Amino acid sequence: MSKITLKVNGASHVVDVEPSVPLLYVLRNDIGLEGPRFGCGLGQCGACTVIIKGEAVKSCTRPVSTAQGLDITTLEGLARDGVLHPLQRAWIDEQVPQCGFCQNGQILTAKALLDRNPHPTDAEIRHGMQGTLCRCMTYYRIQAAIKRAAKEMAS
Amino acid sequence: MTSPSRRDFLKTSGFLVASVGAISLTDLAAVQEAGPYADPDFRQLDSWIVIRGDNTATFYVGKTDLGQGTGTAFRQIMSDELDIAYDKTSVVMGRTDITVDQGGSGGSDALQTDGWPMRRVAAEARRVLLEMAATRFGVTTDRLAVSDGVISIKNDPSRRVTYGELIGGRRFNVALTGKDIDATTGVAKIKTVQELRMVGQSPQRFDIPPKVDGSLQWAVGVKLPGMLHARNVKPPVAGANLLGIDESSVRAIPGFVKVVRKGNYVAVVCEREEQAIRAARQLKVSWQKPQVAPFPTSEDLFEYMRGAAPTFSIPPVTSGDTDAALDGAAKALEAVYDVPFQGHTAIGPAHATADPSNGQMTIYSNDMKSYGLRNGVAQFLQMPRDRVRVIWMDGPQAFGRTAADDAGFEAAFLAKELRRPVRVQWMRQEETAWDTKGPAYTIRMRGGLDRDGNLVALSYEARACDHNHLGYNEPDTVLIAQLTGMRRSTPARGGVSTPSDMYVVPNRRMAGHVVGLPVVWETPVRTGNLRDPNGPQVTFASESFIDELAAAANADPVAFRLKLLTASTDDDSGFRRARSIAVIKASAEKYGWDSRPSPRPRRAGNVLTGRGIAYAFRNQTVVAEIAEVEVNRTTGRVWVKRLVCAHDCGLVVNPEALRHTIECGMLHSLSRALHEEVRFDGEKVTSVDWISHPTLTHADSPETIDVVLVNGDPNPHRPDLQHYGAGETMCKPTIAAVANAIYDATGVRIRRVPFRPERVLTAIKATSA
Repeated sequence: MSKITLKVNGASHVVDVEPSVPLLYVLRNDIGLEGPRFGCGLGQCGACTVIIKGEAVKSCTRPVSTAQGLDITTLEGLARDGVLHPLQRAWIDEQVPQCGFCQNGQILTAKALLDRNPHPTDAEIRHGMQGTLCRCMTYYRIQAAIKRAAKEMAS
Repeated sequence: MTSPSRRDFLKTSGFLVASVGAISLTDLAAVQEAGPYADPDFRQLDSWIVIRGDNTATFYVGKTDLGQGTGTAFRQIMSDELDIAYDKTSVVMGRTDITVDQGGSGGSDALQTDGWPMRRVAAEARRVLLEMAATRFGVTTDRLAVSDGVISIKNDPSRRVTYGELIGGRRFNVALTGKDIDATTGVAKIKTVQELRMVGQSPQRFDIPPKVDGSLQWAVGVKLPGMLHARNVKPPVAGANLLGIDESSVRAIPGFVKVVRKGNYVAVVCEREEQAIRAARQLKVSWQKPQVAPFPTSEDLFEYMRGAAPTFSIPPVTSGDTDAALDGAAKALEAVYDVPFQGHTAIGPAHATADPSNGQMTIYSNDMKSYGLRNGVAQFLQMPRDRVRVIWMDGPQAFGRTAADDAGFEAAFLAKELRRPVRVQWMRQEETAWDTKGPAYTIRMRGGLDRDGNLVALSYEARACDHNHLGYNEPDTVLIAQLTGMRRSTPARGGVSTPSDMYVVPNRRMAGHVVGLPVVWETPVRTGNLRDPNGPQVTFASESFIDELAAAANADPVAFRLKLLTASTDDDSGFRRARSIAVIKASAEKYGWDSRPSPRPRRAGNVLTGRGIAYAFRNQTVVAEIAEVEVNRTTGRVWVKRLVCAHDCGLVVNPEALRHTIECGMLHSLSRALHEEVRFDGEKVTSVDWISHPTLTHADSPETIDVVLVNGDPNPHRPDLQHYGAGETMCKPTIAAVANAIYDATGVRIRRVPFRPERVLTAIKATSA
């Protein structure tokens, strides 16, 4: 075990874990965050997504030691001063989730997408979101919500 | 009753005052001290409804919401009958210790069956409150008006009293009647459709904000003091026998606690989750493969099924003389349709946490049938039933997977062994390989047309690979029961279904057989309930074949169906025929259907477009769907560009939540149509993750989905219009609609699911060669 400092949603946490442990387990079990979730442990589904340095990162395959000192944002950290991010508001307006289990990854992947491309085309949304799976099949509304949020963020 | 009443929980735990959807862990920890857990009495009004002094109400229902918004719908129907503002209500679902046993979720019965007692008990509460107000004011109840939980005197609105002032913090103590929970009633009458105000509106689902802001507490996130983490080591091949375990292979892992073995069941338990994962990977276990190959390969499955002796057959449904009519037909067609095993492959694998504190067993679970899990675990562990409870919490999409809740049983078993709280979770490869599967089908269709293109004979003969279909959390059928040697002696019979349509065919025969794989125990190829368990398979065959007959008759597919439906005016009490006709017409109108036979005349270019229709009912819910596809003839890729669904489930409680559920249900079947297949070699499942078992992705999402909510009842304003189930019917016709659209686009008939690019491409090449 080693002491590792993580900066999550603006707060510092010191954890004592094996350096090779995937970041996901540390976020969930040591820091107590519920946003990132275990879906596959293989980096294939995106349920565990967090944002590190502006990139959507699959935390189930990312060794915790490689996230040391970097700014990590989880779903819980998206709202600012109690105000939901435009994507979160769009998700509610479009009534996107069914079970909701994958939506952490959907929202954070969409955030990283809009941060690098504020006006994505339909094709760019499909391509940018393709690695984030939903087994309730809420894709249609997710894509509508991304377009709604992009519009709102532009105005 | 020795257990604390629910009202005591209210006082001591603060649990019930927590806002809806926000069950905090502190509250859970406080509640878990209680026990034993007597059953809430469904014949007591207090078991269903609590009204507080601040004029808010909480409803306690024995259902679970799997993400389709049924919890919101329950609040709508109950607040409507109670006459209290929707936003002053909350609902508690699926906790076996404090909610009545309505069986949890399944069969799309939330509103269709269980909504009725909810409406009646809420109406009864309203009646009782009016009586109380009448006594207080010294008037008869007919002089009282009620609005949003406030009762006033009609001619003197200044004299008013709230529900909270009348009953807040006290019990109703009103007995209800009814032979079973579905029949629960008071003496009050429910409202007519015309009197309902919240029903038919679309309040936003209350479960969505906490799913979006990260505040929801999931079953997968339960943490308890002293909790251990467990992982399984599953047999490497179906039916393998465990020979030995070398525990020294994991003893040095930090946090290692124990290897638990019983029969062929093996689990490792550690202090931390990643330690348990490592231990499960590292544990040396030796297995003996079975003597008999447990199943054919997935490539050989359908030949195997066609040659296997049936383990069960349904009595054929016949009218006329189908064989004679086929022999005499001007044109006879025959086709065989194959649908492979398809899994649930939930986005999150099976999981549960169990707490054995104080001689009780509390299971935190996303089990859609939490009541069945409670009963099953009590029997499995031979514990008194009132010492076991299940606290239902949100989880990954269920659709029948948790009807056989392997993880719930395992967590309880391990917690009892370890005498500490244990959290167990399956890994992705285990879930995709070992979850319950929808049965594979091979279906032989025959049909005969007369000289004028009329359908005179139709034969359906199905074989479903469904022997030993797993049921509802029975303690001797879940996987751990099988592996630990506690399984029942006789496999479950399984089932096979026939088409659900209202077509009038003078000579018709429908027959079905169940077949089994060589090994039906301790196998990953095990069938269970997958959302409308047989409907997509059966309807793929029946509605594809109707399209083949329409093409053979050179008839438009919509017109051909309408002719078959309107050939009779006989209808049932739910007007299924009239409503079948209405949904087909409504879908064609919404789509802008151009009447012509399929296939569409050939056009130049590599991308071919086409449209297909299919229709089905489930109980009294009727749907017609149209798919518009683009087929790339150089790659074989199929993109469903547009989907239209005309849907009639009677009275609609929440139109927006319903539309969303229909959209997603169609896409679920679209995923099954295009991608999903359980693959196996002769001894194990080989489709085990999202690469080897692909699913629908964002790239497949249609450009447009149109949902038309139809009320095709001949008397659309009937005051007693019923609310039918809507969670599964839309899954039925999608695969056939897509197959019919592919045919329309390409002239190629695909009779084997899924329509992956290589299969479509091969078929296109074979036809054009």
